[in-house]
This record gives sequence, structure tokens and C-alpha cells, in this order.
Amino acid sequence: MAEPLFSVRGLKLALPDMTRKPLVGRAPLAEILKGLDFDLPKGSVTGIVGESGSGKSTLGRALVRLLEPSAGSIGFDGRDISHLSEAELRPLRRDLQMIFQDPMSSLNPRHTIFNIIAAPLRQNGLGDRLKERVAEALQRVGLPQNFASRYRHELSGGQRQRVGIARALALSPKFVLADEIVSGLDVSTQAQILTLLERLAAEMGLTVAFISHDLSVIRRLCQQVIVMREGRIVEASATDALFEHPKETYTRDLLAAIPLPEIDPDWLQPQAPA
Amino acid sequence: MSVCLDIRRLSAVLPNGQRVLRSVSLAVQPGEVRALVGESGAGKTMIGKAVLGVLPKSVRIVEGEMLIEGEDLGRLDAKARRNLIGARTALIPQDPLTALNPSRRIGAQMTDRLIRILGWSGDRADKRIRQLLDEVQIRDPQRVLKSYPHELSGGMRQRVLIAAAFAAEPRLIVADEPTTALDVTVQKQILRLIAQLQRDHGTAILFVTHDLGVVAKISQKVSVLYAGKVVEEAETAQLFAAPQHPYTRALIAATPRYTDPYASLKPVDKTVLKGLTAEIEAADKAWRPGHG
Repeated sequence: MAEPLFSVRGLKLALPDMTRKPLVGRAPLAEILKGLDFDLPKGSVTGIVGESGSGKSTLGRALVRLLEPSAGSIGFDGRDISHLSEAELRPLRRDLQMIFQDPMSSLNPRHTIFNIIAAPLRQNGLGDRLKERVAEALQRVGLPQNFASRYRHELSGGQRQRVGIARALALSPKFVLADEIVSGLDVSTQAQILTLLERLAAEMGLTVAFISHDLSVIRRLCQQVIVMREGRIVEASATDALFEHPKETYTRDLLAAIPLPEIDPDWLQPQAPA
Repeated sequence: MSVCLDIRRLSAVLPNGQRVLRSVSLAVQPGEVRALVGESGAGKTMIGKAVLGVLPKSVRIVEGEMLIEGEDLGRLDAKARRNLIGARTALIPQDPLTALNPSRRIGAQMTDRLIRILGWSGDRADKRIRQLLDEVQIRDPQRVLKSYPHELSGGMRQRVLIAAAFAAEPRLIVADEPTTALDVTVQKQILRLIAQLQRDHGTAILFVTHDLGVVAKISQKVSVLYAGKVVEEAETAQLFAAPQHPYTRALIAATPRYTDPYASLKPVDKTVLKGLTAEIEAADKAWRPGHG
């Protein structure tokens, strides 16, 4: 196994629970991540799967340090980044990139696609040869060059998500967090985006955390899978092992709940009591 | 027994003349589940809305007929049409949170329709609702009836709306992506419930979904839509065994299957989309509104 890019130990994270916030005063803290240990090997794609409320997105946001852990450590490239200040994080930002779920709300409506892709390049001292770099970024994700002068509303959902990928990869980051990036897309577009990400991750040797509520899109793309539930890791293993021999009941339930596109008259029958 | 829902050559246009439904024909027999499957913009929700008489004002029906149990909606005046639709159909919506009024208790919202539209007494409606809550396996109806929507989980809210839809014994239910917002394990429970109640009550369902996996599990018949046109219709088993239209084949191949990762997730081929566009253009060219 390659050496880890991320090495996470005892990660805990608490956030204010706004549903229990008193009218006056602070909201009490709720522990979202309850002690996680795992590695993300360099150059690998790891699926992070769970149902709503499992903490998968919070974990993602902790990895790119949009959130600060309340305990434990996040080792990134040999350095503990769990409590770095914003200023200390700045030089690391170009290596920690994100692709978002909804490209409609993550692309600025008033900027051209050129400026959307160029902005992080400028901010990270790559402002020279901008035209060339943006052209390269568009080409990488299979968008025509004349898209540079368009706006997000002129693009289809799949094209917008390609722009999101182009922006994240323009900086040649070490790590990319992809949080539910295909869940808003039609199946035909979803397949295109997944195969694109699969190819780029391999070509550029990216380390990717692919967060999804849908185990069925994970198998093809990811080398290893982390299954989460209620802020804990239920099961983590190599992808084929997880799908072929899931150890935990919860993983088996998740797999059994996916409606495969094939006829199975028994699927809707009530389960026999255990 | 007459056909539960019969849609014949239904076409609808936007104010700019663009066709959004293209001579759609489909039938739902009593007690059967017909899936309407397609990607975004295919017009599947539009058909559901047309059946329920709640199309947006901007969409104008320019040809075709819709019959519910043999009665032609187009020949009824507005009031008679509303009454017929109200008495014989119901909706299970996609998002239970927006479908429920946040400031009223669940109980009041569930009996509303029975009391105000069907003229039932409060007692009769209350009894009926409790019976249905039991059928959707809500074990503490007292608490649920007193709750506000935000106090229930997504799965519980969807159970409530399923119970409400079946309460008045409609002949036809339009289910519009009823499980799309739910986690997979909850989705499975909800699909089971819908199938169970559908069988027990003999209700026909027009099941709108984008997910071929859901189609395979819940429906007996299926219509595949693209750009407001039915490109293929078949018995569900037949559709998966031998899909006829290239677009249907492409959709099935694009749908992820964790059991077969390399045969699934195939991007839709450009020639398939070109063929579809040509098919749609040819149909539009040959089309004369009002003359079939």
C-alpha cells in the first residue's frame, strides 16, 4: 500500500446544534464525528458512504479544514493540520480542493467560466499564463474552448459539473474532495462525470475522497470504501472485499436496499423476521 | 371494467409554441402500477400534473384526450372536472415537507380532504385516518396525529402522505418521485408500503421516477419518455429483458449496478442522442395541431 496522504487519528468534531438553541444564548454542541481512525493512501480514490446524518460531509469538510476538529489529529502529507490557523492553512489550500454537489450554487452567476476557473489560479500565485492554464483546464474536462466566455446559466447540469472539476483540478492539487458530485445529475450525465473523474484521478495521480449516499456509484470508481453511520466508521475495507463480503449487517442492509435495474419479484416482499 | 386512466395523443405547448408533450398516449389499467420514467425535462411530472388538473398556467393543452374510468375530462365543465379528479385520484408528492403545511398538525391536514371535499363527518374521517396509519405501520398514531410536520422524520412524513393518499379510496394515485429525497434503506420500506397498500386496495398508480431500479421493482408496465415523447412502452419485465429503443438500452446501460460495475455506468452514446433529436424533429414536422 502506498504511504498515506491523510492519516486521521481519533478525529472528533462537534458543531452547535441549532435545533436545541435557546432563544437567547448559545446553542449546545452536538458531537458529529465520534472518534475516527483511517488513512487515505496517496493516489487512491476512497469512497465515503453513509445515509443522511452519518457525518460524511462533516468529515469531508474537516479533511479540507473548513472545519476544525475538537479532538484528534489530521495528518496531511506528514504534517498535523488539525489546528492550523487560517493564515497557516493558506499555502496548503491549493493542495486541498473541493468539487461541490450543486454546481449551480457553487459557480458565481456573474462571472464567465474563464474567470471562475482563473480565480483560484490568481489567488495561488499562478496568475501568469492564465489563458493557457484555463484552456488546458477546459480541455482536460472535455469542454470546448469557447465555453470560457459563457456564464453558468448557459450550461447544462453536466457541463456545469465539468467546470467544477476543471476549477478544482486547475491547481494540480494533491487532494480532491468530491461531495455528492453526481447526485443532482441524470443517469446518462452521471455516468459521464464519473468516468471523467475516474480517468483524471488515474492520469493525474490524485488522491480523492468521494462522498456519496449511493453505494452503487462507488464500486467502479473507488479502491477503498469507508461506511459511516451516526458519526462512526461501521466498516472500512478494499472495495471488492466490501461489496463481495460485507462484514457488518449495516453494510449488507445498505447494499440490499439498493434497487438494481433488474426484475426481482422478491425484493418488495416483507423480510422474514430475523 | 373500463380503463382507469386513458391518455390519448396528448400534446401541450408553452406560450412560445414549443411543444412540451408530444402526442403522449398511455393507459393505466385498474389496479396496475405504470411507471413513467425519463430524465429531467422528459415531461414525466408534466403528465402527472395534467392528470391531476394542476398544470402551470403557461402550459396549454392543444390536442388529445384524458379519460378517467371512461369519463372524458375535456367534456366536463371546470367544476365537474375538479369533482371527478378530487373523488377518483390522489397524489403522493416527492417532497413531503413542502407538501405539508408547517403550521398545522398532521391530524387536521389528513382529515381535511375527507371532511371538506368528500363531506365525511369528523368521526368517520378520524377513524379512517387511524386505520390507514395502522396500514402504513405507524405504531403511535396518537403522537403522529398531534405532531407538526417538522417533528417527524422524512420517512414518517412520507408514510403520512401515503396514508392520506389512500384514505379516500381513490381509483388512481399519481406518485411523483415519492422516494427520491429518502435514504436507500427508508426508500425500500416506503416502496414496500406503497406496493402493499396498492395491492390491498386495488389502486392503480401512475409512478413517476427517474430511477430504472425503482421501475424494475415497483411497476408492471412502463413508459419511457424523452423530450415529452413516449419512445417506448412495454411490460416492465419485457423492457428489461429486451429493450427495443436505443435510448432505453442506453439508459439501462448508464444506470449503476454495483453487482456489475464494468457493464454499467456507460455514458449515453452521442449517436443515440442524435437519433432521438432527429426522431423528435421528424415528429414535430409531421405534426399539425388539431389534425392528429
